[in-house]
Amino acid sequence: MDAVRAIDGRAIPFGLKNVDTDLIIPARWLKTISREGLGVGAFESVRAEPGNVFDDPRYAGAPILIAGDNFGCGSSREHAAWALADMGVRAVIAPSFSDIFSGNAFKNGILTVALPQEAVDRLLLVAQTDPVSIDLETQTVTTPFQDRFTFPIDPFRKDCLLRGLDEIGLTLARDGAIVGYEDQLAATRPWLVRGTALPA
Amino acid sequence: MASKPRTLYEKIWDAHVVERREDGTCLIFIDRHLVHEVTSPQAFEGLRLAGRPVRRPELTLATPDHNLPTTARIDAAGQRLPIADSQSAQQLGALEANVAEFGIRYFGATARQQGIVHVVGPEQGFSLPGTTIVCGDSHTAAHGGMGALAFGIGTSEVEHVLATQTLLLQPSRTMEIRVTGELGPGVTSKDLILHIIGVIGTAGGTGHVIEYRGEVFERMSVESRLTVCNMSIEGGARSGLVAPDETTFAYLKGRPFAPQGADWDAAVEYWRTLRTDEGATFDKSVVIDATQVQPTVTWGTSPEDTAPINGIVPDPDSFADPSKQDAARKSLAYMGLVPGQPLAGLPVENVFIGSCTNSRIEDLRAAAAVLKGRHRADNVKWAIVVPGSGLVKEQAEAEGLDRIFTEAGLEWREPGCSACLGMNPDKVPAGERCASTSNRNFVGRQGPGSRTHLVSPAMAAAAAVTGRLVDVRELI
Repeated sequence: MDAVRAIDGRAIPFGLKNVDTDLIIPARWLKTISREGLGVGAFESVRAEPGNVFDDPRYAGAPILIAGDNFGCGSSREHAAWALADMGVRAVIAPSFSDIFSGNAFKNGILTVALPQEAVDRLLLVAQTDPVSIDLETQTVTTPFQDRFTFPIDPFRKDCLLRGLDEIGLTLARDGAIVGYEDQLAATRPWLVRGTALPA
Repeated sequence: MASKPRTLYEKIWDAHVVERREDGTCLIFIDRHLVHEVTSPQAFEGLRLAGRPVRRPELTLATPDHNLPTTARIDAAGQRLPIADSQSAQQLGALEANVAEFGIRYFGATARQQGIVHVVGPEQGFSLPGTTIVCGDSHTAAHGGMGALAFGIGTSEVEHVLATQTLLLQPSRTMEIRVTGELGPGVTSKDLILHIIGVIGTAGGTGHVIEYRGEVFERMSVESRLTVCNMSIEGGARSGLVAPDETTFAYLKGRPFAPQGADWDAAVEYWRTLRTDEGATFDKSVVIDATQVQPTVTWGTSPEDTAPINGIVPDPDSFADPSKQDAARKSLAYMGLVPGQPLAGLPVENVFIGSCTNSRIEDLRAAAAVLKGRHRADNVKWAIVVPGSGLVKEQAEAEGLDRIFTEAGLEWREPGCSACLGMNPDKVPAGERCASTSNRNFVGRQGPGSRTHLVSPAMAAAAAVTGRLVDVRELI
């Protein structure tokens, strides 16, 4: 994963509440066996409407998306994060995010910035005309108009993002602890694994 | 000193902590992993690129479900029929190749055990109480009906589990949904969970694991508990739980992957400890009165948009939250509904009975009880019944349910996710309504422009024979 530090640029003022991952990327696009190229299907039903924000030239290539409460709810499809990344979105600002989506976004280096509704409303307004800046190190969102909002982030995720760490690599380095757990499990709940033994 | 009282969730979590980091993130051991064709190819590819093996292949079980057509899979000569959509065929082929390469147990497209992952896991006794279960599918929450901590994960996490048999997680907050009283006649577990989501909202459980408590759940069958827990994700919770009990143990005994002999006794002894302790506290608590729950339908494009069948389409202006007003207006425009319109009597052109929420034998029996001796209404163009697994299909056929369905003018299909998600050939045409036993009424979920009304299997059957949304209690 590439390190993430600061994201500056135009922000798409979408604003919709309860954006589900079916809306971000409909299931018919999920037949792919690759992570690439999903941007073309992103927000397909929204883009079918004339004058939608995603096709507004002001927001072409915008690295930030601003949405309403409960962004990314529904299906666990990581394709939603891949589609956003493929569109060039590197951060989403919303009052709240679904648990699964925020995990998927993090794994793909997309920042999920949770701010109170009032702050999101202010940013939706600013985004009409001006850029927005996000700084991960200081956990702040700023605008050219002296707005400054701080956002929370899990310290572990922040560290991984800033350093661009590979989580699987990190866990594999803890192999001794996993082996220790497996030994203890085999001693205390041996029935848990006997039933699933594969034929030799 | 007595230890602090713990909730069921906390007991299962504590039993799976491999390591706790200083920042509070825990490395959690995963006991069971389910894999299907849609969210796994990129994970296997990641392993290949990094040269990593699957750490514990015996703890993963794979079967195709989302993308597999539900029409006949073998011809009269017993030969496998090709899959018309080349991308679907490629994805299903990738799963077959991956399970062979990495040595993973697999119920393929023509195996009698094939089915929807969340039907197959419990049915095989692969999903057990007190275990951690994950799958690249948000409806993994279903397995919480077995008393397991089960949740959906993304593809990067699928790869992480395959490589390490663990996940890095922050503990969730705990939420109790206590249901008092009894459900009335004709009111099912599906109506109850739709009602609950209507009360708490689709973000009501975000960051929480729900434990469903109260006598209603104690009296429920395991299959009904699976239905309730399945839709926890629609309430924003990653996971839902019902404490395992004698009903759970009776359901599991003798299933293929369940413990046997002395192992069974040891397992049951452990499972009996999996209850929320007296005095344990929840971060959030909601009380629901079961006697107030009616057969429930959705009117909008979010699962929180629920109403009793005898209710009306709400006025968007009646919502306090301006963003919800806006969302409701968009929903009604999409659904072709106007405020104040009665829900009962709304004509439907399509009926779908199936999905990981409602495709088990109990669901099919409930639908058949309504359909028996009746026939599909003329305005219903498409009505299908899709069993959750090959074994559910066999059982239904042994009971003659398939004949009830076909004599009533419904199609009887092969197992899979079918019309739940608009991915395989089973789709609802644009602008048409579907009375659906699935779990999501999102914009375009059952196909571009489709209009979904979520209902119970009995309510879907009632819609099939009357051609409209109707209170099933008028038919039983």
